[in-house]
Amino acid sequence: MTSQETLYTYTLRLADNALVLGQRLSEWTGHGPFLEEDLALTNIALDTFGTATSLLEYAAKVENKNRDADALAYRRNEREFCNILLVEQTNGDYAKTILRQSFIDAFNILLYTELAKSKDETLAGIAQKAIKEVSYHFRHTSSWVVRFGDGTEESHNKIQDALNELWRFTGELFEMDEVEEALVKQGIAVDAKSFQAKWETQLDELFAKATLKKPETSFMQTGGRKGLHTEHLGYMLSEMQTLPRMLPDAKW
Amino acid sequence: MSDSQGPIWEVFVQKKAGQPFVHCGSLHAFDKEMALQNARDLYTRRNEGMSLWVVPSAAITASSPEDIGSFFEPANDKVYRHPTFYQIPDAIGHM
Repeated sequence: MTSQETLYTYTLRLADNALVLGQRLSEWTGHGPFLEEDLALTNIALDTFGTATSLLEYAAKVENKNRDADALAYRRNEREFCNILLVEQTNGDYAKTILRQSFIDAFNILLYTELAKSKDETLAGIAQKAIKEVSYHFRHTSSWVVRFGDGTEESHNKIQDALNELWRFTGELFEMDEVEEALVKQGIAVDAKSFQAKWETQLDELFAKATLKKPETSFMQTGGRKGLHTEHLGYMLSEMQTLPRMLPDAKW
Repeated sequence: MSDSQGPIWEVFVQKKAGQPFVHCGSLHAFDKEMALQNARDLYTRRNEGMSLWVVPSAAITASSPEDIGSFFEPANDKVYRHPTFYQIPDAIGHM
Protein backbone atom coordinates (compact mmCIF):
# COMPACT_ATOMS: atom_id res chain seq x y z
CA MET A 1 0.00 0.00 0.00
CA THR A 2 1.33 3.43 -0.90
CA SER A 3 1.20 6.12 1.77
CA GLN A 4 -1.57 7.78 -0.21
CA GLU A 5 -3.66 4.59 -0.15
CA THR A 6 -2.99 4.19 3.56
CA LEU A 7 -4.19 7.71 4.32
CA TYR A 8 -7.23 7.18 2.07
CA THR A 9 -8.20 3.96 3.87
CA TYR A 10 -7.75 5.52 7.31
CA THR A 11 -9.80 8.59 6.42
CA LEU A 12 -12.48 6.45 4.79
CA ARG A 13 -12.81 4.29 7.91
CA LEU A 14 -13.36 7.38 10.04
CA ALA A 15 -15.77 8.76 7.44
CA ASP A 16 -17.81 5.56 7.11
CA ASN A 17 -18.24 5.32 10.87
CA ALA A 18 -19.67 8.84 10.92
CA LEU A 19 -21.77 8.42 7.78
CA VAL A 20 -23.42 5.13 8.75
CA LEU A 21 -24.05 6.31 12.30
CA GLY A 22 -25.50 9.60 11.04
CA GLN A 23 -27.84 7.71 8.73
CA ARG A 24 -28.97 5.43 11.55
CA LEU A 25 -29.59 8.36 13.91
CA SER A 26 -31.52 10.27 11.27
CA GLU A 27 -33.99 7.37 11.07
CA TRP A 28 -35.32 8.72 14.39
CA THR A 29 -36.15 12.13 12.92
CA GLY A 30 -39.86 12.68 13.46
CA HIS A 31 -40.12 9.50 15.53
CA GLY A 32 -38.36 10.53 18.75
CA PRO A 33 -40.04 9.82 22.10
CA PHE A 34 -41.08 13.46 22.33
CA LEU A 35 -40.45 16.69 20.48
CA GLU A 36 -37.49 17.94 22.52
CA GLU A 37 -35.64 14.64 22.39
CA ASP A 38 -36.45 14.22 18.71
CA LEU A 39 -34.68 17.52 18.05
CA ALA A 40 -31.77 16.67 20.31
CA LEU A 41 -31.07 13.42 18.50
CA THR A 42 -31.56 15.04 15.10
CA ASN A 43 -28.97 17.63 16.16
CA ILE A 44 -26.55 14.85 17.01
CA ALA A 45 -27.25 13.20 13.63
CA LEU A 46 -26.60 16.49 11.88
CA ASP A 47 -23.27 17.03 13.67
CA THR A 48 -22.30 13.48 12.75
CA PHE A 49 -23.16 14.04 9.09
CA GLY A 50 -21.12 17.25 9.18
CA THR A 51 -18.05 15.32 10.31
CA ALA A 52 -18.80 12.59 7.75
CA THR A 53 -18.98 15.15 4.94
CA SER A 54 -15.63 16.73 5.85
CA LEU A 55 -13.97 13.31 6.11
CA LEU A 56 -15.48 12.01 2.84
CA GLU A 57 -14.43 15.15 1.00
CA TYR A 58 -10.91 14.70 2.29
CA ALA A 59 -10.90 10.97 1.45
CA ALA A 60 -12.02 11.79 -2.10
CA LYS A 61 -9.26 14.36 -2.40
CA VAL A 62 -6.61 11.97 -1.10
CA GLU A 63 -7.81 9.18 -3.40
CA ASN A 64 -7.61 11.52 -6.38
CA LYS A 65 -9.58 9.24 -8.70
CA ASN A 66 -12.22 11.68 -9.84
CA ARG A 67 -14.72 10.57 -7.20
CA ASP A 68 -16.31 13.17 -4.95
CA ALA A 69 -17.80 12.76 -1.45
CA ASP A 70 -21.23 11.92 -2.91
CA ALA A 71 -19.74 9.19 -5.10
CA LEU A 72 -18.11 7.66 -2.03
CA ALA A 73 -21.33 7.81 -0.03
CA TYR A 74 -23.79 6.75 -2.71
CA ARG A 75 -21.90 4.68 -5.26
CA ARG A 76 -20.13 2.14 -3.12
CA ASN A 77 -21.51 -1.28 -2.29
CA GLU A 78 -21.81 -2.86 1.14
CA ARG A 79 -18.51 -4.72 0.93
CA GLU A 80 -16.68 -1.48 0.14
CA PHE A 81 -17.87 0.18 3.37
CA CYS A 82 -15.34 -0.07 6.18
CA ASN A 83 -17.36 1.17 9.17
CA ILE A 84 -17.33 -0.82 12.39
CA LEU A 85 -20.31 -3.12 13.02
CA LEU A 86 -21.52 -1.14 16.05
CA VAL A 87 -22.68 1.86 14.03
CA GLU A 88 -24.74 -0.18 11.55
CA GLN A 89 -26.76 -2.03 14.20
CA THR A 90 -30.46 -1.24 14.03
CA ASN A 91 -31.78 1.45 16.34
CA GLY A 92 -34.06 -0.83 18.34
CA ASP A 93 -35.77 1.05 21.13
CA TYR A 94 -34.60 4.42 22.39
CA ALA A 95 -32.51 2.84 25.16
CA LYS A 96 -30.50 0.87 22.60
CA THR A 97 -29.94 3.89 20.36
CA ILE A 98 -28.82 5.98 23.33
CA LEU A 99 -26.50 3.30 24.70
CA ARG A 100 -24.83 2.75 21.30
CA GLN A 101 -24.43 6.50 20.99
CA SER A 102 -22.88 6.82 24.45
CA PHE A 103 -20.26 4.16 23.55
CA ILE A 104 -19.33 6.11 20.45
CA ASP A 105 -19.47 9.56 22.06
CA ALA A 106 -17.11 8.49 24.86
CA PHE A 107 -14.82 6.97 22.24
CA ASN A 108 -14.96 9.97 19.91
CA ILE A 109 -14.00 12.42 22.66
CA LEU A 110 -10.78 10.46 23.22
CA LEU A 111 -10.23 9.85 19.50
CA TYR A 112 -10.68 13.44 18.37
CA THR A 113 -8.64 14.82 21.29
CA GLU A 114 -5.71 12.77 20.00
CA LEU A 115 -6.46 13.28 16.31
CA ALA A 116 -6.51 17.05 16.86
CA LYS A 117 -2.72 16.74 17.37
CA SER A 118 -2.26 14.85 14.07
CA LYS A 119 0.51 15.94 11.72
CA ASP A 120 -2.10 15.82 8.96
CA GLU A 121 -3.56 19.32 9.16
CA THR A 122 -6.89 18.45 7.57
CA LEU A 123 -7.59 15.56 9.93
CA ALA A 124 -6.45 17.68 12.88
CA GLY A 125 -8.80 20.48 11.81
CA ILE A 126 -11.79 18.16 11.44
CA ALA A 127 -11.05 16.67 14.86
CA GLN A 128 -10.71 20.06 16.56
CA LYS A 129 -14.14 21.09 15.29
CA ALA A 130 -15.72 17.78 16.32
CA ILE A 131 -14.42 17.68 19.92
CA LYS A 132 -16.86 20.27 21.26
CA GLU A 133 -19.74 18.59 19.45
CA VAL A 134 -19.06 15.10 20.72
CA SER A 135 -18.43 16.36 24.26
CA TYR A 136 -21.95 17.73 24.26
CA HIS A 137 -23.31 14.52 22.70
CA PHE A 138 -21.79 12.50 25.53
CA ARG A 139 -23.23 14.82 28.15
CA HIS A 140 -26.64 14.26 26.62
CA THR A 141 -26.45 10.51 26.00
CA SER A 142 -24.70 9.64 29.28
CA SER A 143 -27.38 11.44 31.28
CA TRP A 144 -29.98 9.37 29.40
CA VAL A 145 -28.09 6.14 30.14
CA VAL A 146 -28.30 6.95 33.86
CA ARG A 147 -31.96 7.96 33.55
CA PHE A 148 -32.83 4.66 31.86
CA GLY A 149 -30.63 2.45 34.03
CA ASP A 150 -31.57 4.03 37.33
CA GLY A 151 -35.18 4.68 36.30
CA THR A 152 -38.06 2.24 36.38
CA GLU A 153 -37.72 -1.53 36.26
CA GLU A 154 -38.86 -1.48 32.63
CA SER A 155 -36.38 1.18 31.53
CA HIS A 156 -33.59 -0.58 33.44
CA ASN A 157 -34.34 -3.89 31.72
CA LYS A 158 -34.45 -2.26 28.30
CA ILE A 159 -31.04 -0.65 28.58
CA GLN A 160 -29.52 -3.72 30.27
CA ASP A 161 -30.78 -5.82 27.32
CA ALA A 162 -29.21 -3.30 24.95
CA LEU A 163 -25.91 -3.53 26.84
CA ASN A 164 -25.96 -7.34 26.65
CA GLU A 165 -26.60 -7.13 22.90
CA LEU A 166 -24.21 -4.34 21.93
CA TRP A 167 -21.18 -4.94 24.14
CA ARG A 168 -19.69 -7.51 21.74
CA PHE A 169 -19.41 -4.84 19.06
CA THR A 170 -17.21 -2.51 21.11
CA GLY A 171 -13.93 -4.40 20.64
CA GLU A 172 -13.77 -3.22 17.04
CA LEU A 173 -13.48 0.40 18.17
CA PHE A 174 -9.91 -0.33 19.27
CA GLU A 175 -8.73 -2.61 16.46
CA MET A 176 -5.54 -1.64 14.70
CA ASP A 177 -4.03 -3.06 11.55
CA GLU A 178 -1.13 -2.17 9.23
CA VAL A 179 -2.99 0.96 8.05
CA GLU A 180 -3.24 2.54 11.50
CA GLU A 181 0.15 1.26 12.56
CA ALA A 182 1.91 2.83 9.58
CA LEU A 183 0.13 6.15 10.12
CA VAL A 184 0.68 6.17 13.88
CA LYS A 185 4.43 5.96 13.16
CA GLN A 186 4.13 9.05 10.98
CA GLY A 187 2.20 10.92 13.66
CA ILE A 188 -0.94 11.05 11.51
CA ALA A 189 -3.28 8.38 12.90
CA VAL A 190 -4.35 7.80 16.47
CA ASP A 191 -3.36 4.72 18.46
CA ALA A 192 -6.80 3.75 19.76
CA LYS A 193 -5.26 1.11 22.04
CA SER A 194 -3.57 3.91 23.97
CA PHE A 195 -6.87 5.11 25.40
CA GLN A 196 -8.83 1.86 25.55
CA ALA A 197 -8.33 1.53 29.32
CA LYS A 198 -9.49 5.12 29.83
CA TRP A 199 -12.61 4.49 27.73
CA GLU A 200 -13.43 1.35 29.72
CA THR A 201 -12.98 3.19 33.02
CA GLN A 202 -15.29 5.99 31.89
CA LEU A 203 -17.96 3.51 30.85
CA ASP A 204 -17.56 1.44 34.04
CA GLU A 205 -18.23 4.63 36.00
CA LEU A 206 -21.27 5.33 33.85
CA PHE A 207 -22.59 1.77 34.26
CA ALA A 208 -22.11 2.02 38.03
CA LYS A 209 -24.15 5.23 38.15
CA ALA A 210 -26.80 3.66 35.94
CA THR A 211 -26.82 0.42 37.99
CA LEU A 212 -25.97 -1.57 34.84
CA LYS A 213 -23.97 -4.77 34.66
CA LYS A 214 -21.43 -5.31 31.90
CA PRO A 215 -21.72 -8.72 30.21
CA GLU A 216 -19.07 -11.15 31.40
CA THR A 217 -18.28 -12.54 27.96
CA SER A 218 -15.07 -11.35 26.38
CA PHE A 219 -16.10 -12.41 22.87
CA MET A 220 -15.91 -9.55 20.41
CA GLN A 221 -17.52 -9.49 16.96
CA THR A 222 -15.33 -8.14 14.17
CA GLY A 223 -15.20 -7.67 10.40
CA GLY A 224 -16.73 -4.32 9.50
CA ARG A 225 -13.42 -2.60 8.88
CA LYS A 226 -12.65 -5.25 6.26
CA GLY A 227 -16.08 -4.92 4.61
CA LEU A 228 -17.63 -7.98 6.28
CA HIS A 229 -20.84 -6.57 7.69
CA THR A 230 -23.89 -7.74 9.60
CA GLU A 231 -27.05 -8.14 7.52
CA HIS A 232 -28.30 -4.71 8.62
CA LEU A 233 -25.93 -2.55 6.56
CA GLY A 234 -27.19 -3.75 3.15
CA TYR A 235 -30.77 -2.76 3.93
CA MET A 236 -29.66 0.59 5.27
CA LEU A 237 -27.54 1.37 2.21
CA SER A 238 -30.26 0.34 -0.23
CA GLU A 239 -32.51 2.91 1.37
CA MET A 240 -29.82 5.58 1.68
CA GLN A 241 -28.63 5.12 -1.90
CA THR A 242 -31.99 4.69 -3.66
CA LEU A 243 -32.23 8.12 -5.21
CA PRO A 244 -28.68 8.46 -6.57
CA ARG A 245 -28.86 4.87 -7.82
CA MET A 246 -32.17 5.42 -9.65
CA LEU A 247 -31.40 8.90 -10.92
CA PRO A 248 -27.63 9.26 -11.16
CA ASP A 249 -26.46 12.88 -11.00
CA ALA A 250 -29.94 14.13 -10.09
CA LYS A 251 -29.90 17.75 -8.91
CA TRP A 252 -32.28 19.30 -6.41
CA MET B 1 -49.16 20.52 34.10
CA SER B 2 -47.47 17.17 33.71
CA ASP B 3 -47.92 14.40 31.15
CA SER B 4 -45.81 11.58 29.71
CA GLN B 5 -43.34 14.14 28.34
CA GLY B 6 -42.53 15.56 31.75
CA PRO B 7 -43.35 18.92 33.29
CA ILE B 8 -43.01 22.21 31.45
CA TRP B 9 -40.05 24.55 31.95
CA GLU B 10 -39.69 28.18 30.92
CA VAL B 11 -36.53 29.16 29.11
CA PHE B 12 -34.68 32.47 29.46
CA VAL B 13 -31.76 33.36 27.23
CA GLN B 14 -29.10 35.99 27.83
CA LYS B 15 -27.65 37.30 24.61
CA LYS B 16 -24.48 38.82 26.05
CA ALA B 17 -22.97 39.15 29.52
CA GLY B 18 -24.62 42.03 31.39
CA GLN B 19 -27.82 41.98 29.38
CA PRO B 20 -31.11 40.82 30.89
CA PHE B 21 -32.32 37.25 30.49
CA VAL B 22 -35.26 37.27 28.10
CA HIS B 23 -38.04 34.70 28.07
CA CYS B 24 -37.96 32.88 24.76
CA GLY B 25 -40.29 29.89 25.16
CA SER B 26 -40.95 26.69 27.02
CA LEU B 27 -40.19 22.99 26.80
CA HIS B 28 -40.75 19.58 28.36
CA ALA B 29 -38.15 17.87 30.55
CA PHE B 30 -38.01 15.45 33.46
CA ASP B 31 -35.22 17.13 35.42
CA LYS B 32 -32.99 20.22 35.57
CA GLU B 33 -30.11 18.83 33.51
CA MET B 34 -32.46 17.61 30.80
CA ALA B 35 -34.26 20.96 30.78
CA LEU B 36 -30.95 22.74 30.30
CA GLN B 37 -29.89 20.41 27.49
CA ASN B 38 -33.24 20.69 25.74
CA ALA B 39 -33.09 24.48 26.05
CA ARG B 40 -29.66 24.45 24.45
CA ASP B 41 -30.91 22.29 21.57
CA LEU B 42 -34.17 24.17 21.03
CA TYR B 43 -33.28 27.80 21.62
CA THR B 44 -29.55 28.44 21.17
CA ARG B 45 -28.66 26.64 17.96
CA ARG B 46 -28.20 29.85 16.01
CA ASN B 47 -26.03 31.92 18.34
CA GLU B 48 -29.00 33.28 20.24
CA GLY B 49 -27.21 33.43 23.53
CA MET B 50 -24.32 32.97 25.93
CA SER B 51 -26.23 31.88 29.01
CA LEU B 52 -29.43 30.01 29.83
CA TRP B 53 -31.91 29.86 32.68
CA VAL B 54 -34.57 27.17 32.95
CA VAL B 55 -37.33 27.51 35.49
CA PRO B 56 -40.14 25.04 36.23
CA SER B 57 -43.33 26.68 34.97
CA ALA B 58 -45.01 25.63 38.20
CA ALA B 59 -42.60 27.89 40.12
CA ILE B 60 -43.88 30.98 38.35
CA THR B 61 -46.71 32.94 39.92
CA ALA B 62 -48.55 34.94 37.30
CA SER B 63 -51.21 37.61 37.35
CA SER B 64 -54.45 36.46 35.81
CA PRO B 65 -56.55 38.15 33.12
CA GLU B 66 -59.15 39.12 35.75
CA ASP B 67 -56.48 41.21 37.48
CA ILE B 68 -56.12 43.61 34.54
CA GLY B 69 -58.60 46.10 35.95
CA SER B 70 -57.25 46.40 39.47
CA PHE B 71 -53.60 45.83 38.61
CA PHE B 72 -52.91 47.85 35.52
CA GLU B 73 -55.70 50.24 34.63
CA PRO B 74 -55.17 52.69 37.52
CA ALA B 75 -51.90 53.63 35.83
CA ASN B 76 -53.68 54.78 32.68
CA ASP B 77 -54.80 58.22 33.88
CA LYS B 78 -51.71 59.12 35.91
CA VAL B 79 -49.62 60.77 33.25
CA TYR B 80 -47.68 62.61 35.94
CA ARG B 81 -45.89 59.36 36.68
CA HIS B 82 -44.12 59.73 33.37
CA PRO B 83 -41.30 62.26 33.49
CA THR B 84 -42.59 64.17 30.46
CA PHE B 85 -43.10 67.55 32.14
CA TYR B 86 -39.46 68.41 32.54
CA GLN B 87 -37.43 70.53 30.15
CA ILE B 88 -34.28 68.60 29.36
CA PRO B 89 -31.32 70.89 28.70
CA ASP B 90 -29.91 70.38 25.19
CA ALA B 91 -26.50 69.59 26.63
CA ILE B 92 -27.84 66.37 28.17
CA GLY B 93 -28.98 65.04 24.83
CA HIS B 94 -30.98 61.86 24.59
CA MET B 95 -32.26 60.43 27.85
